[in-house]
This record gives sequence, structure tokens and C-alpha cells, in this order.
Amino acid sequence: MPDDDRIKPTEKELKARRNRSIAIALALAAFVIIVYLGSLMKLGPSLFDRAM
Amino acid sequence: MALVERKHVDGDVGRLSEATAGDFIALLKPRVMSLVVFTAFVGMVLAPATPNPLLAVIAILAIAVGAGAAGALNMWYDADIDAKMARTAGRPLPRGRVAPGEALGFGLFLSAFSVMTLGLMANWLAASLLAFTIFFYVVIYTMWLKRSTPQNIVIGGAAGALPPVIGWAAITGSVTLESLVLFLIIFLWTPPHFWALALFKTGDYARAGIPMMPNVAGEGHTKRQIFAYAVLVAASGVLPSVLGFASMAYGAVAAVLGGGFVWYSWHVLRMADGDRAMGPAKALFAYSLVYLFAIFAALLVDGMISRVGG
Repeated sequence: MPDDDRIKPTEKELKARRNRSIAIALALAAFVIIVYLGSLMKLGPSLFDRAM
Repeated sequence: MALVERKHVDGDVGRLSEATAGDFIALLKPRVMSLVVFTAFVGMVLAPATPNPLLAVIAILAIAVGAGAAGALNMWYDADIDAKMARTAGRPLPRGRVAPGEALGFGLFLSAFSVMTLGLMANWLAASLLAFTIFFYVVIYTMWLKRSTPQNIVIGGAAGALPPVIGWAAITGSVTLESLVLFLIIFLWTPPHFWALALFKTGDYARAGIPMMPNVAGEGHTKRQIFAYAVLVAASGVLPSVLGFASMAYGAVAAVLGGGFVWYSWHVLRMADGDRAMGPAKALFAYSLVYLFAIFAALLVDGMISRVGG
């Protein structure tokens, strides 16, 4: 398929996509940290209390 | 015959979205969310238990995101009528910044994640209440009541009144009389707050075809209803003190604030029919926002003092 048949994103669309991608990355990172710290707090020392 | 005969797509089909993160944040109704966070936090502070601070912050975040998700789903469903009202025409969907499918997916995804997170990090009673709140706001209020009855915000107000109950449940794992009193204060506050707005936005609601009380029953009836609810709001405000889970000092503050609510509502009641400026209605609307913030701030301060003292 020739290149000119494809939809070419505009500068504005690419900028908006980059903005959304950064926001999703930050939200996912925050979610991972929240779940990690929350699990530590909820389970406490028993998190590491298991038979070797 | 080729299966696909057209090589080009029309209009915006297949184009990348121009929506930014800010547009998606606007879908969460940040101003409503801030009130939800505040009232849920007060519910947590008044609860008779001391939570792990980090788990309490996570619970607040989950409640905030759940409330935001409900806002996004509300905007997805109401895009048609939002476009007709000056107050809401600038929202991301009517402006074409966010596609309906994006808003729906965003709202459903955040609803599921917020409920799951609250369940895993706090308890499943609080998570169930959050799920019920989202369901009630989106399905019962937005999809059903809002366009069908002038009692829409009376019944629908239950969704906005639940956050302190969820906050209380997140800490204690129970629903008690005290948390239901917090619910009652917001539940009774909602009708006069929104009817004051509806009085001076009658044209907006008429254009959108929403059967708000002034449009359906007239100004006079609405003003009498506002005054009756204002008296109930003032009475419910002092209940925490009467029932003994807030001090007499709080009771005095609540009585003064409630007196103000009744006073502003009295001016609305005495407002001449056909008064286009609607000064008293605008003043009541502004005061009602101050009232709710002040009454919960007073409860918060009172709760913190009793924690430190007790």
C-alpha cells in the first residue's frame, strides 16, 4: 500500500498521544507503588513469615 | 468484486484522538470529587478506630477515583443534554475532545479498579458501598430519575451523601447510626442546593428537557420546598451533638450555620415571582456550598479535638 493512503497523524494528535501516554505511565507507576505499600501495611511482618 | 472497495476513510474515522490527560481529568468532575474526598475523610476521622495512615490514604484515593468514575459515566450518558446547557456545554464530550467510547471505557475501568482496590486495602463492606454509590449515581439517577421526575435530585442525592458512610465503613467495617446521620445531613442538603441553582438556570434545564422542580411545579412550589428542606437541614446539622458523638461547641456552630441556611431560604421564599435577577436564589446556592464545607469542617475539628483529648 502506498504511503499516501495511510492516515498521517497531525502534530497536535501526536502531542496529545504523548501527553496521554505519560499520564498512563504515571498512573500505572502510582498504582504499583500503592498496591506494594498497601500490601506491606496490610500484611505487616507476616508478609515475610513463611517456611523456608 | 473486491471485499473492500473504498481505499479512504471519511472524516475523523481512524484518526488519533486529540484528548489530553487534562480532558480525562475533567471527566472525573474534580470539584465534586473534592467534596467527596472531604466528606469521606471526615467520616474516617469520626469513626471510633485508628486506621493505618497509609491504608486510610489509599482508601480515600479509591473513594475519590470511584466518585470520579461515576462522574465520567454520567458525562458519557448525558453528553446530549450537556451540549444544550450553557453550564455544561464546555465539558469534554460536548466539545468533542473525548469520544463517547473513550469516556465509557475510562469510567468502567476506573469503577472496577477503585472498588477492587478499596475491597483489598480496606474491606469489602466499604467496597460494596462504593460500588452501590457508582451504580446508584449512574443507573438510578443519571439514566432513570434525572430525565423522568422532578424528585430526581431528592432521591439521586443519596449517591452524593454516601461518601462519609463509605469512609466510616472503610475504617470500622460497619455502618452505624453516626455514619447515617452524616449521610442524612448531605441527603437533606442536596435538594435546596440544586433547586436554588435550578431557579436561576430554568432556561438551561428547559432547553435540555430536564424536569427540574421549578420547570415542572413552578417557582412558588420550589421556594416552599426549599424552605422546608432548609429547616430539616438545620435540624439534621445539630444531630451529631444531640446524639452525643460531637460536642456542644459543635452543636452551637451547627445551629448558627443552620440558622444561616434557614435565613437565606427565607429570603428565597419571599423573593417576588418573576424576579429575573434571582439574587436570593444565587445567594442561597453560594451559601449552601459554604454550609456543607463548614459543617463538615466543624465536625472534623471537633473529632480531632476529641481524639487528642480522649
